[in-house]
Amino acid sequence: MTTATANKYLVSIGLEVHVQLKTNSKMFCSCPVRYGDEANTLTCPVCLGLPGAMPVLNLGAIKRTIRSGLMLGCKTPPVVKWDRKSYFYPDMPKNYQITQFDLPLCEGGGVPLYDLAYPKEVQKNIPEPGKTIALTRIHLEEDVAKSTHHATFSSIDFNRAGTPLMEIVSEPDITTPDEAFAYLNSLRQILVYAGVSDADMEKGQMRCDVNVSLRPQGQEKLGSKVELKNLNSMSAVRRSLYYEIERQGEALDAGELIIQSTRRWDDSIGETRLMRTKEDAHDYRYLPDPDLLPLHTPELVAEAKIDLPELPHEKVTRFEEDFGITHYDASVLASDQNLANYYEQAATGASSAKKVANWVINNLLGVLNEQGLDITTCPLTAENLRELVDLIEAEQISNSQGREVFAALLESPDKTPSAIAKEKGFEPADSSEIDAFIDQAISANPGPAGEVSEGNDKAINFLTGQVMKLSRGKANPKQVGEGIIARLRG
Amino acid sequence: MPTITELRASYQSGDLSPSDAIRTLADTIESTDREIQAYISYDTDAALAEAAKADLSLPLGGVPVAIKDVINVKGQPCTCGSKFLDGKYTAPYDAGVIKKLRAAGAIPYGRANMDEFAMGSSTENSAIQTTRNPWDTSRIPGGSSGGSAAVIAANEAIAALGSDTGGSIRQPAALCGCVGLKPTYGRVSRYGLVAFASSLDQIGPMTQTVEDAALLLQAISGHDAHDSTCVKEAVPDFNSFVGQDIKGIKIGLPKEYFAEGLDPEVKSTVEAAITQLESLGAEPVEISLPHTEYAIATYYIIATAEASTNLARFDAVRYGHRSENAANLIDQYRRSREEGFGEEVKRRIILGTYVLSSGYYDAYYLQAQKVRTLIRKDFTEAFEKVDLIASPVTPTPAFKIGEKSDDPMAMYLADIYTISANLAGICGISVPCGFTRTDDGKQLPVGLQLLGKPFAEGDLIKAGHAYEKSTDWQKTAS
Repeated sequence: MTTATANKYLVSIGLEVHVQLKTNSKMFCSCPVRYGDEANTLTCPVCLGLPGAMPVLNLGAIKRTIRSGLMLGCKTPPVVKWDRKSYFYPDMPKNYQITQFDLPLCEGGGVPLYDLAYPKEVQKNIPEPGKTIALTRIHLEEDVAKSTHHATFSSIDFNRAGTPLMEIVSEPDITTPDEAFAYLNSLRQILVYAGVSDADMEKGQMRCDVNVSLRPQGQEKLGSKVELKNLNSMSAVRRSLYYEIERQGEALDAGELIIQSTRRWDDSIGETRLMRTKEDAHDYRYLPDPDLLPLHTPELVAEAKIDLPELPHEKVTRFEEDFGITHYDASVLASDQNLANYYEQAATGASSAKKVANWVINNLLGVLNEQGLDITTCPLTAENLRELVDLIEAEQISNSQGREVFAALLESPDKTPSAIAKEKGFEPADSSEIDAFIDQAISANPGPAGEVSEGNDKAINFLTGQVMKLSRGKANPKQVGEGIIARLRG
Repeated sequence: MPTITELRASYQSGDLSPSDAIRTLADTIESTDREIQAYISYDTDAALAEAAKADLSLPLGGVPVAIKDVINVKGQPCTCGSKFLDGKYTAPYDAGVIKKLRAAGAIPYGRANMDEFAMGSSTENSAIQTTRNPWDTSRIPGGSSGGSAAVIAANEAIAALGSDTGGSIRQPAALCGCVGLKPTYGRVSRYGLVAFASSLDQIGPMTQTVEDAALLLQAISGHDAHDSTCVKEAVPDFNSFVGQDIKGIKIGLPKEYFAEGLDPEVKSTVEAAITQLESLGAEPVEISLPHTEYAIATYYIIATAEASTNLARFDAVRYGHRSENAANLIDQYRRSREEGFGEEVKRRIILGTYVLSSGYYDAYYLQAQKVRTLIRKDFTEAFEKVDLIASPVTPTPAFKIGEKSDDPMAMYLADIYTISANLAGICGISVPCGFTRTDDGKQLPVGLQLLGKPFAEGDLIKAGHAYEKSTDWQKTAS
């Protein structure tokens, strides 16, 4: 948003995020949750809304929601229930959605915004680092079917109908589009850590509606909220907000009144368009679902607490403490659960966990990125990386030899680092051999040798380089340097 | 027709085979149903095929049971008495009770007429046909399970399943002179019963005798993983209550159920039945159910609220009547439902939609839920003093076809003694207890209602059977 808008108006953004849960079966029937099957083959009387069919709660989905809530600091009420939300649409076979109205599975809690979750270009300049966005609630409901609109007709695939869907509602605590982006990223990271969803927006596993309102600086009461729909990526969320805040700011500047409404984001032209105003809003006529009994939760909560996974920021702290790496490195490694697992596996028992982190961040990630791979498809095993670092640390091979071994390992993942080092003839030179090289270097370079004798340290590096060349990289530069000093200054 | 017990005996002795029974029924239906109009459909060939492989060792082996046309039977139509589904829906699955019936060896045979979507008390709201009371064909058979009661009274069935949301089993049973038992809410699976009001609906047996009701109830009771409201409560051996004596049991007589509006002949008939129970050793105790007067209003808010959402699925998208004149999606919804639903169904959908609307929810639905709690409490307190409650089933005997068609309130009042049991979730039975006589000399059956504690269907069977055995009212219309 422009500085002008930001100075004049306070922006309040709230997000409603829908997350498909990774369960074997649907929310209210035993049909499998799966993608890519032939349309309308994963259905039964329940998810087709046939006369007489009845829903049965999926306990696995409930447990995953409670776990998500615990990881986000939410409270679960002792009794929760499900309600019918009525509106007619062909993708909803009963013409009511089973959702939770006034007794949701989770209340309160919050999402901590991780530095690395912000868009790259603003990470260096985060206005409120360490901010947490408060959550209103998380409830569990059923997904609708998938509609496809053709020229003269629409088709519906009920395979998706009834997939467990968690709706995470935030307070309107977000104040910038960048923060909204960071919120989604941080939330996704936590949900992946919780193991409840892959939460991939591009795959529709995570979907997001945004509410945004502006009010003049100094005004207490929130302005009229505008809901944005059709946001299919995190970048769409951010861009639509930039656009919408500017649009509302200009409208307010022109003395116009913002009315409560829903607008559709058009990603191709980068604009929001009015869909409907409050007058057309549905009356959902919520009704406690008489087919489902209220659920008592205390035992489920106690059970979920037993094996609650570590949170991303907890992992960062642990990595700092256990492995002695920097906060930044730990944050990079913990930003992806699989990457963190890989690192932890490689670093545990390594001679230098810090060096392992350097290798992962400075070498491995770049290679993976170039080759279009990610850590789960990485050819180099964590064990081999550890061995490689150990060889270098033990001065069995030099750093530059290490890089050669690393490249070779990516080509031949089945070999071990020591086998490759041996093949390449990388063996530590014995000291008499090195002493001979040192003598050779000194006699060939009397000028620099004289400078070293006179106390010039820069010339040590030059001579060391010469010795390294003679040893074809086998010598340990540190040892060589010490040898040169001993010879010339001893 | 033979009772289930008699039929089973003739199967055992070899006097009769299940195929014989089906053929006899088919013949009776052929000759009788043109006048009674109780069956919407029946598939004799399919029933005969099942009869041929019937396992007579099972509790209901080879016993044909008529099914109210609101329960899904795989491969059969299920019209719910509605134009919306008539000819436009074939059930692709078996309801929970049908699975249980099949497991007990029974043969579902014939689909009984009913008020559209079980909304009504006379079966006149069926969009398919008007069923007549076999005792006086100018009169209604009661409803909404009017077809299920009429097929028994007219010898067109051995036994039947009905469903009871506000009296829809007990009231037609009383008006047609057969036995009808509404189980405790949660005793019998509702999976596959096309829902009218989900918190009130319950499937139950309609039979010639109390003993048969016990047998049929035994077969359909018990937990079903497809219905979360169907309890895991152990199912007792209901037949063991048959023949037990009732000495010393306390029978409550709610004063509110014998007050104004009760036909004098019905009243005296039911009082005579209570005297009979007393002579068998029961002890009558006057009780009060103080919130009775609010039952009908409460019922019509809760039932219609639930119905308005339950019937939302009938949208012509996947099945059912689709209007041919629709201009767009909304128009398709509107016209299909306008054309497919009858007056009473539309009235209740609109009423239910209204009471759930924003701004009205607290005043109607929430208030009704509170009153429902009070009504339930009335029964809990009464059952601290008595074992059973006895009352009439209906305020009047069967009325004339068309008599109340234009007066929904008068029709709603026909359920005044039965509705509270559904709101409280308790069980009840209607047992024939005599007749009134019409001006033109026809006999009209009267029913005695016994209400029991939650999951105490055994008590209903015990007292119902003791009464039945000591009287001679169990006969069918000839």
